[in-house]
Amino acid sequence: MRFIFRTLFTALAFTTCLTFSARAQDELLQELSTGQEDQGYIGQAFKGSRLVNGHSVETTSAGTLEFIFSHRFGRVNGGLYEMFGLDDAFVRIGLEYGLTDNLSVGIGRNSVDKTVDGYLKYKLLRQTREGVPFTITAFGSGAYKTSPKDDETPAGFETIDRLSYTGQLLIARRFTSKLSLQLMPTVVHKNYIGLGEGDTENTQAAIGIGGRIKLTRSVSVNAEYYYRLNATDNSPYKDAIGLAIDIETGGHVFQIVMTNTRGMIERTFITETDGDFFDGDIHLGFNVTRAFQLKSHKGK
Amino acid sequence: MERRVILVVLALAMVLPALGQKYKAEKGETSFFSKATVEDIKAENTQISSLFNATSGDIAFSIPIKGYQFDKALMQEHFNEKYMETEKYPTATFSGKLQGYTPSGPATQSVTAKGKLTIHGVVRPVEIAGHVEKQGDKLLMKSSFVVKLADYNVQIPKLLWQNIAEQVDVTIQVTYKPQ
Repeated sequence: MRFIFRTLFTALAFTTCLTFSARAQDELLQELSTGQEDQGYIGQAFKGSRLVNGHSVETTSAGTLEFIFSHRFGRVNGGLYEMFGLDDAFVRIGLEYGLTDNLSVGIGRNSVDKTVDGYLKYKLLRQTREGVPFTITAFGSGAYKTSPKDDETPAGFETIDRLSYTGQLLIARRFTSKLSLQLMPTVVHKNYIGLGEGDTENTQAAIGIGGRIKLTRSVSVNAEYYYRLNATDNSPYKDAIGLAIDIETGGHVFQIVMTNTRGMIERTFITETDGDFFDGDIHLGFNVTRAFQLKSHKGK
Repeated sequence: MERRVILVVLALAMVLPALGQKYKAEKGETSFFSKATVEDIKAENTQISSLFNATSGDIAFSIPIKGYQFDKALMQEHFNEKYMETEKYPTATFSGKLQGYTPSGPATQSVTAKGKLTIHGVVRPVEIAGHVEKQGDKLLMKSSFVVKLADYNVQIPKLLWQNIAEQVDVTIQVTYKPQ
């Protein structure tokens, strides 16, 4: 009898010890987690630096060089004769480099109007888990049209007339890991108008809205719409609409694009979009980016 | 008699874990290495916190996943966003007991940490071998072990199987000072 009791008590004592000890381990872990504070920056709102045609709030990380090849075919409604647009091609080849994690600089050459463009992109504010609700990026660019040739220009056309400028504020919020929305108030100034018919305003304002829905962890669908605020009623141009599917694999982002514009810079797609999306004037296209890490990212 | 024994044991069980000599991580580094056909991937993390009770053997680690630094910024982004789902599972933790360490023992001792390892929200019982070195009043712990991605439900897309290995070599090194 006494033996049984003793065994029971020992067993009881032993389990008590174990229980308390397990509790002690969890307490240790709890003690640790209270000491860790997350600075709380939220993950990226978009996979790439482009939403569809226009820019997203994302900048290129410090020391990363991104090669961006953008391509638009002709209009799908060109029919079989035009091979549904595949006979035409508009290309922009660009490079973007992250000077810091928040400041990127980019250059590019676009076959539409033979345009050379350069831009700076600076991330002013970054969304956090608590506190800052938005990521805000300022975008400024200049574009130089090399077409038409000097001896083919209209009377009074000067070299400076080839320039146009864009200022943009990109405001995005990542609502969930799947849904992000972006607002893009934009001003485009063209030094010269009149090369295109009905192009009546030197300075044009637009407000863009866009977003992405992530379908899987590597694939997302993006949409973008730019509404021109001071477009005249007789303007032959349309608002730019774009849809894209982003596919991310390692160092690449592939974007398959459907849009009603040939333009791949702000001046062209915001103020000179000539296709009617709902009439089938849709250009298929793609943006392909490849990232090269030139400087180690460690310690940033 | 039995009642007295119980009381003593109970009292000891409650008091002992609290009384033991406690150590806190002063600095530490953990890294992982993945060797695959196309590329070797390495990332380092110095944001380790850990507590160790030398008397009871209780030990706990907590490592913020965001602290892993890669050479390629894009890779770091994908690591957090696509594979580790860092927003959902911000830390990797271990809690358990260190077996084989005696405070009065030799300067270098082989030990085994037995407990629960939590990565990517998946909890698994593990036994990890390592060493403890006494350096004055400080302790240095070192270990390296293998983590299989599938065990912790970390999925590699088929497109990238040549870039990411199925298992990674993890090393950890922590210096403790008495608390």
